[in-house]
Amino acid sequence: MSTLEIKDLHVSIETEQGNKEILKGVSLTIKTGEIHAIMGPNGSGKSTLASTIAGHPRYIVDSGSITMDGENVLEMSVDERARAGLFLAMQYPVEVPGVTMTNFLRTAKTALDGEAPKLRTWTKDVKEAMSQLRIDADFAQRNVNEGFSGGEKKRVEILQLELFKPKFAVMDETDSGLDVDALKVVSEGHNRVHETGEMGTLLITHYTRILRYIKPDFVHVFVDGRIAEEGGPELADRLEEEGYDRFLPTAAKA
Amino acid sequence: MTEITEKARIGAPAIDGFTEEGENLSPANPDNSPLAGASAKSHSHGGGVGVPDSSRAGRLTSYKVEDFPVLTGREEDWRFTPLKRLRGLHTQALTGAAPSVAVTGPEGAERPAGITVETVGRDDSRIGSAGIPEDRVSAAAWEAFSEATVVTIPAESSIETAVGISVTGSSKDPSAQHIVIVAEKFSKAVVVLDHKGSATVSQNVEIDVQDGADLTVVSVQEWDDDAVHASSQQAKVGRDAKFKHVVVSLGGDLVRVTPSARLKQTGSEVEMFGLYFADAGQHLEQRLFVDHAVPNCKSRVLYKGALQGENAHTVWVGDVLIRKEAEGTDSYEANRNLILSDGARADSVPNLEIETGLIEGAGHASTTGRFDDEHLFYLMARGIDEKTARRLVVRGFLNEIIQQIKVPALEERLTDAVERELAAGNF
Ligand SMILES: Nc1ncnc2c1ncn2[C@@H]1O[C@H](COP(=O)(O)OP(=O)(O)OP(=O)(O)O)[C@@H](O)[C@H]1O
Ligand SMILES: [Mg+2]
Repeated sequence: MSTLEIKDLHVSIETEQGNKEILKGVSLTIKTGEIHAIMGPNGSGKSTLASTIAGHPRYIVDSGSITMDGENVLEMSVDERARAGLFLAMQYPVEVPGVTMTNFLRTAKTALDGEAPKLRTWTKDVKEAMSQLRIDADFAQRNVNEGFSGGEKKRVEILQLELFKPKFAVMDETDSGLDVDALKVVSEGHNRVHETGEMGTLLITHYTRILRYIKPDFVHVFVDGRIAEEGGPELADRLEEEGYDRFLPTAAKA
Repeated sequence: MTEITEKARIGAPAIDGFTEEGENLSPANPDNSPLAGASAKSHSHGGGVGVPDSSRAGRLTSYKVEDFPVLTGREEDWRFTPLKRLRGLHTQALTGAAPSVAVTGPEGAERPAGITVETVGRDDSRIGSAGIPEDRVSAAAWEAFSEATVVTIPAESSIETAVGISVTGSSKDPSAQHIVIVAEKFSKAVVVLDHKGSATVSQNVEIDVQDGADLTVVSVQEWDDDAVHASSQQAKVGRDAKFKHVVVSLGGDLVRVTPSARLKQTGSEVEMFGLYFADAGQHLEQRLFVDHAVPNCKSRVLYKGALQGENAHTVWVGDVLIRKEAEGTDSYEANRNLILSDGARADSVPNLEIETGLIEGAGHASTTGRFDDEHLFYLMARGIDEKTARRLVVRGFLNEIIQQIKVPALEERLTDAVERELAAGNF
């Protein structure tokens, strides 16, 4: 049983116009086995939270803390966080030139486990996970994300989730750009890992449709760098009906 | 990956710009042609000037240096080369001591049985059998060399181990060198030209690939940091012959390799590969030419380069000419560069000239990508430490070429050399 704890997190970025505060005091606790959904309008800071957890150098933590089982996550480098069990399925996975999927997956697995995976079982695991996510076998020989469609990139993120088995997964809009079939396939991929009972999930989304497949225990509404409201799954249904309007300043209402 | 890509795939014959007779698209690289397009300019990454090329078919060739005008640096084929750093190769008589030549087996092992190695004078009949200078520096070497090394793979012989030609420099005076490689009819061999030490040398390598022969020539430039090397490597490819040429440029201050393959008999096949890795201040240039002069030949070109450090500069120019007679040609050329740090510049210019519409296919591609913080973040977010992540990318990128060499000992050495480059650049 692990706990990821975010306390009063303030995060800013350097822009050409100077320092810009994006997260304005976020607190959130996730435990193994729990699924937390974060929902919020565009630009509210959801990806900023995700990237800050993963340690992207662009985001500056001004105050607050992130700890995992008491360990200070903010002091860890990006790769140390991953090895500690944090996984970020990115909203926009980058294309990495020159590195095949096969090579990448094996190198990452070796780094995460501290030893090379047994070749035979590993190859079998990769093949199986790929076929369950309906990823063509020839993707293994292609460079990481290079020329993959938006939906293919998302499947490959979930492929990694399944193979790396993190303690905590942050999924940043994994649902966007997926058609219904792909959404199901990807959700099932997450749920397979969830069912092991050894992972906590922070699911970031703009829409409620993914919540039909991945059932959250908690829903947090994210507005302007803060959690504006929290509740159970019923909160998602309400957002589905009412949208985010009631959380937005009157002037910004559409 | 910040990527600038251009691809063109030409199938016969209904293409814009083609006439029944076939039209020469390239001479002026018209901006509206499907071969030039908007990206004709963007092929020079970091500010090359888009000077229109004149047809490669019309380029002056001569054994006499005085036939070539004195270089100004504005010539199409010298515009990327820093002439000042040629250390007199283009202005002085090349009278210095040429690098030594030793013919061995792979990696210095015993010379394989069955081949012939001769040192001959200028009047030997094989001199001039496969090449003629196409620029002033090459002509200067042709005029200046006093003796040449001729390596012959006898007809119908198959040489199982690689033949190594070690070229070792020990003088900085401008010098000239001449090497002839003859693969007689139906012979099969791999020849590795291995350049080391310090030198200022203009070199002509003639490669005569006779009918039905299967020859691989690998030219490795692992010079000391101060070396200056201009190398014209011209191959004449016979009927139904196979020729594979690999350029590996790693060490030297200025290395300019100009390989060419002339397909003058039908049924031949040419592959040209290149791998280069430029560090801070290095200038590594490769200009290749594939001349399809007869029907039904095939050519494939792939060069890949990595660059890191301030003023690391690489140049790749790929001239492919499909002449009017060369119906049924199948040709593709590509250049891929990976920039690993700021301050490096990769110029990449594919030139495809097609004079007949009756071809199997012809195309080119050029990409220059940059390894940046987002790539690093992605790999590190999967637990991979920074150093491993950087190396993973470069190794993977260059391996595609190393695997083409198919001389295990050499592959290993080049893999190590790439690792050293990475380590030296603190990458
Ligand atoms: N590199 C940057 N430069 C300038 N502003 C930035 C940068 N990155 C993020 N921002 C700003 O920070 C705010 C939060 O962005 P973030 O990407 O975290 O939002 P989000 O909730 O993930 O939005 P979306 O639903 O569109 O993915 C936005 O106003 C955005 O414009
Ligand atoms: Mg986002």
